[in-house]
Amino acid sequence: MKVAITSSGPTLQSNVDPRFGRCPYYIIYDTEDGSFKAVENKSNLAAGGAGIQAGQNISDMKVEAVITGNVGPNAFRVLSAAFIKIYSGASGSVKDAIEKLKKGEYRETAGPDVGSHFGMGR
Amino acid sequence: MEKSRKLIISVASGKGGTGKTTIAVNLALSLSNVQLIDCDVEEPDCHIFIKPVIESRHTIFIPVPVVNQNKCDGCGRCQEVCLYNAIAVVNKEVIIFPELCHGCGSCTYFCPHKAIEEEKKEIGIVEIGKSGETQFVHGKLNVGMMMSPPVIRAVKKHINKKKTAIIDAPPGTSCPVITAIKDTDFVILVTEPTPFGLNDLILAAEVVRKMRLPFGVIINRSDLGNKKTDEYCARENIPVLMRIPFSKKIAEIYSRGDLIIKVLPEYNKEFQELYKKIEQVKVNPT
Amino acid sequence: MKQIVIISGKGGTGKTVITGAFAALARDKVMADCDVDAADLYLILDPEVKESHIFKSGVTAFMHRELCEGCGVCKTVCRFDAVRDDFTIDPISCEGCGFCSFACPQNAIDMRTNISGELFISDTRFGPLVYAKLGIAEENSGKLVSLVRQKAKEIAEDKNYQWVIIDGSPGIGCPVIASITGVDCAVIVIEPTLSGLHDAKRVLGVTEHFKVPVKIIINKYDLNHDMTKKIERWFKDRNIKILGKVIFDEAVVKSIVEGKTIIEYSNNQVTETLRIIWRLLEEELEGAN
Repeated sequence: MKVAITSSGPTLQSNVDPRFGRCPYYIIYDTEDGSFKAVENKSNLAAGGAGIQAGQNISDMKVEAVITGNVGPNAFRVLSAAFIKIYSGASGSVKDAIEKLKKGEYRETAGPDVGSHFGMGR
Repeated sequence: MEKSRKLIISVASGKGGTGKTTIAVNLALSLSNVQLIDCDVEEPDCHIFIKPVIESRHTIFIPVPVVNQNKCDGCGRCQEVCLYNAIAVVNKEVIIFPELCHGCGSCTYFCPHKAIEEEKKEIGIVEIGKSGETQFVHGKLNVGMMMSPPVIRAVKKHINKKKTAIIDAPPGTSCPVITAIKDTDFVILVTEPTPFGLNDLILAAEVVRKMRLPFGVIINRSDLGNKKTDEYCARENIPVLMRIPFSKKIAEIYSRGDLIIKVLPEYNKEFQELYKKIEQVKVNPT
Repeated sequence: MKQIVIISGKGGTGKTVITGAFAALARDKVMADCDVDAADLYLILDPEVKESHIFKSGVTAFMHRELCEGCGVCKTVCRFDAVRDDFTIDPISCEGCGFCSFACPQNAIDMRTNISGELFISDTRFGPLVYAKLGIAEENSGKLVSLVRQKAKEIAEDKNYQWVIIDGSPGIGCPVIASITGVDCAVIVIEPTLSGLHDAKRVLGVTEHFKVPVKIIINKYDLNHDMTKKIERWFKDRNIKILGKVIFDEAVVKSIVEGKTIIEYSNNQVTETLRIIWRLLEEELEGAN
């Protein structure tokens, strides 16, 4: 399955970025063959609704799970509707996050972690 | 210019705190057959000074789309035409985010199945009233709402063409200001003769020029600062309509929400002169 | 590292002067000017720009005259009065919804990305300053403010600085929200006027919603002693601390004219009060560690 990890840079060594909607990159990792690609987050250009656009983009990429720091209420709504599993509270490197996922150390997030506008101003 | 239509004068400033509201309020109350229109819907202040009796209140709504699930087939066309990211379509389910919606109507129009209708979302109020003979209108954007222009447009709908209208615009040079001063006959830019004031006056003048509106400047606290603002206005051929020196008395009158023209009646004539000057400049633009 | 924002609800209360004073008094800090609509802090900090970035946000419609057949559909659908009688687009009124572009049967309208503003990363005699200028008539969505905040925070973390001192936006909308999220303290500057108190209460609504701790400074307090007492009582009743009261002094305007912070310009009651206020803030926030 494809997993999207919010990332501050385009490599596996980059750190997990805490913001789902306004992170600079997503690392799309395929658990079947271990391949990955870095995708620039286009929703960063959005004046508003970055989390929504990000959710839409992730869903359109047929991703099945997301690993991130925080998910706001709008993004949460979109991802849930798309039945995408959300693992939030992640930190450290993208590589570490993937290892943790493989070992089953993440639990699914039940609701948004932060109020709206969390990514704004940070 | 048709003599029968009265002037709509807007009072703006690049920088906040230069005396916009003071000018708007005192100018309005020095005239007869006048309306005072407070378009600073984020922080409306005019009512503090004229203490109007409110006669009616209208809730302002913006149209937000609602999807009729029976008619929707999840085609995603609505999401394609929404440039504000107010719509997501995942798993053929349409999710709408009203706080991002600008009410443009695109999604409703382009839905191939006519599955979208517009519902009303409350964003603020408009209040209409009177203070003596002066008619008064203001708008208040609800705290937490993000868009002023729809409330400002709703306020301006109450402009009575048979009365002189004085509009107190929001400070700054972005969208809300544009909406407030658009289609007015003359813009007064209020400034202070300091580097902050001049910096922001230059921006405001650029906006007003782009909108092709006649304008002039009032220099408030005119003795506290330097000559650069005067020099700028002279260079740019911008009429300086009035200069008000700093006065602790005026500051004190303002601070308790009182009117300068009431406490210092000599200012009544000054503001009436201001109005006459504006009429002149409007007829003979430089 | 602590982040402080100075806000006021209403403009002209002395926000920028006080931010400048804190910049002069704090050690190891980054300054951020989030009043992107009317950025003024740079006028007293004399920055040397090291980096500048064009900021793009949103789109504006553009009509290709040669393709237009004058059918008027664009004018009919536009709800923002942005299509002129000759079917050209008024870029100032255009809100970038794209309706006209999608609807035009001749495909004569493009949506072009806006250059909405510019962001500057600079050095000053007090340390790094991040500021931005929003283009005129652009929508101030808070996004440019967010970028200023982000860059300032990055620099502070990179250089291990103690403080990010933020000159906030006026009003209650998105730019203010972006100015205050995630800060350790919002300092509200109030003048002793009825409208000042009225507007400060509205901005308090925003800080309370985002659970940002608040402190108060009453500026030019001697212009109305009764009003000052009223304000003190109002905030005391709500357990909100007043850091101090600053007296009105023409020296402040003179310092702005000279392009200096008040701390550099003079040594008087104003600077005395501001020093005490800064020390109080430092103790409160550093003590919170």
